[in-house]
Amino acid sequence: MELLSGGDILLRALHDAGVKYLWGYPGGAALHIYDAIFRQDKVDHVLVRHEQAAVHAADAYSRTTGEVGAVLVTSGPGATNAITGIATAYMDSIPLVVISGQVVQDKIGDDAFQETDMIGVSRPIVKHSYLVKRPEDIAETIAKAFYIASSGRPGPVVVDIPKDVTDPNTKVAYSYPEKIKLRSYQPTTKGHSGQIKRAVKHLLAARRPVIYSGGGVIMANGSEQLRELARMLNYPVTNTLMGLGAYPGSDRQFLGMLGMHGTFEANTAMHHADLILAVGARFDDRVTNTPAKFCPNATIIHVDIDPTSISKTIRADIPIVGSCDQVMQEMIDQIAASGKRPDGEAIGEWWQQIDEWRERHGLYTASRYGESGGEIIKPQDVIKTLYKVTEGKAYVTSDVGQHQMFAAQYYLFDDPRKWVNSGGLGTMGYGLPAAMGAKMAHPEADVACVTGEGSIQMNIQELSTCTQHQLPVKIINLNNQALGMVKQWQDMQYGSRYSHILYEDSLPDFVKLAEAYGHVGMKVTRYEDLEPAMRECFALKDRTVFLDVYVDPGEHVYPMHVAPGSMRDLWLSKTERT
Amino acid sequence: MRRIISVLMENEPGALSRVVGLFSQRGYNIDSLTVAPTEDQTLSRLTLTTQGDDRIIEQITKQLNKLVDVVKVIDLTEGAHVERELMLLKVRAGGAQRAEVKRTVDIFRGQIVDVGPAGYTVQIAGDSSKLDAFIATLPESDIVEVVRSGVCGLSRGEKSLRV
Repeated sequence: MELLSGGDILLRALHDAGVKYLWGYPGGAALHIYDAIFRQDKVDHVLVRHEQAAVHAADAYSRTTGEVGAVLVTSGPGATNAITGIATAYMDSIPLVVISGQVVQDKIGDDAFQETDMIGVSRPIVKHSYLVKRPEDIAETIAKAFYIASSGRPGPVVVDIPKDVTDPNTKVAYSYPEKIKLRSYQPTTKGHSGQIKRAVKHLLAARRPVIYSGGGVIMANGSEQLRELARMLNYPVTNTLMGLGAYPGSDRQFLGMLGMHGTFEANTAMHHADLILAVGARFDDRVTNTPAKFCPNATIIHVDIDPTSISKTIRADIPIVGSCDQVMQEMIDQIAASGKRPDGEAIGEWWQQIDEWRERHGLYTASRYGESGGEIIKPQDVIKTLYKVTEGKAYVTSDVGQHQMFAAQYYLFDDPRKWVNSGGLGTMGYGLPAAMGAKMAHPEADVACVTGEGSIQMNIQELSTCTQHQLPVKIINLNNQALGMVKQWQDMQYGSRYSHILYEDSLPDFVKLAEAYGHVGMKVTRYEDLEPAMRECFALKDRTVFLDVYVDPGEHVYPMHVAPGSMRDLWLSKTERT
Repeated sequence: MRRIISVLMENEPGALSRVVGLFSQRGYNIDSLTVAPTEDQTLSRLTLTTQGDDRIIEQITKQLNKLVDVVKVIDLTEGAHVERELMLLKVRAGGAQRAEVKRTVDIFRGQIVDVGPAGYTVQIAGDSSKLDAFIATLPESDIVEVVRSGVCGLSRGEKSLRV
């Protein structure tokens, strides 16, 4: 039998686990592993400029492909730098395996150079973690890590490997387990048929139904089932921020996003619904507004693979634990077999009501914001232009803030896995490394990073990674010269006392900065230049382009929930509310 | 309401810290905690007492079940169960008091496990309220030291927590 060192075993195991790209950054405790990387050519290592970016890139690679993302960092600061990325993936249930080097086992606990208790530090933000103590255990641990990361409700798994375990002088036999079975971990994937039957009965009896679907549908590859179910019932669909693209954004039955910055029609329909089918969504506080006032008349069917998500914040009347695709498929089959259909007249009236709401305050029926022209560029129009120029087909990553909400509202995603953002943790600095991950996964597709001058500076060093690895992503910077979302809250709740949201002329010249990294920089200040510049940006297929668009600094994101309040309590503009 | 939750989990390093961490992370309280390997050395049995309404306890048990190292979870207080806690207590007992303390220990069916010129070390097992009651019989100034094991328990009858 062939004997391999721990480092070689790790690389072999990663390959056997299906890893194509390993995002990482070397350092002392990981050097044996890096030497093993040098000796092989099956797994491509992508060198980033900061470990946080490695995790975000692997995370976006996973979101846009459905595969498990893989990361390698060293001990101590390498590991702690990865923490924000791991927490981001944890909050959004993204399958990742993060391998961290650790000091040699003799030194663990001695406060050795670059020692951090990575298992302890990462514990609250991982699905599981392993400390590997013997080279014989590496392959099986990697197999378990990939299995745990990708099954059930997915999430990040940390594998901490002390340096002596990858010592090139200690060689052991390699074998990668074909199947993993853990007695303590057997996630439920198949929904209870009796519960599904009950749910179907309520679904068919509904008069004012709404399907509220979230990121779980995308994770479970359940978009087809969602579409089929919604269409066979002719029920309206709203998606969470994480669920955008699961149902086509441009479809008539789509109400837009719901929640704090959701559409008037989605939030109002939710409030008046008599039945809510929640699939792969978790009644996040950014969705529900005040839980006590949430959808007072609705029977709630809640489908989720994670039992802890059910009845955590909002009590479910019919809980169904299972994979969203499987449960919806069984719903479709049961409805088809029953030969029954919803009450056409009631549903017709419901649609009439919804269409009236759309007409009144809908996000897409009339412009809900002021006009662009001359030196005024409305940020919403930048997203609309992006949508037009990319024909709605781009992978769009975003950072966190106003630009994120505008992108979510105005880029109509027709397919799952195209919209990539940090929904749960709200991590500024996510967008650019995420765009790198998406571009690596889909080299032929357009990848746009919608960002702001605040967020982009949190991981701007990755422009250098884009140069080295030829990742021609397009950075669409909505430059309002302030931390816009904070400014909006300070406007609305703090009497416009702008505490530390302005840069006092310290912003870099982004055009020159892009050029310094070998990229193309473009600045747009006039509305008439926006579309031509955007077209030029995407015509430069093999270049990373930084499009710095100066947008109206006074713009707010609307609608916005009035808190505390119910789903339908919304600010529709600076002066108008429901 | 006080609940006793019993957890069967992998006897792995870090497993205990995941359980304890879960409680602090989610804002739940642990009133007592006891843990040791079972007859099968690969498994540990952990018993903890906590407070909460049905909804909180439901979340706690679901969250515990979600931990990868946890094999099974039951809420012992849901049904008939036996619970025991062990207490060792050092108490001043000199002169006339000596016989009085001895009598009280007998009433509580405790044992005196160490004797010194100035006092006794008493061992008492029972449910937590019995231990509380024993402490209440002694003048506070006579109690030198108390250590309690935390509650452990089993459900009555056929029901069991096994792999």
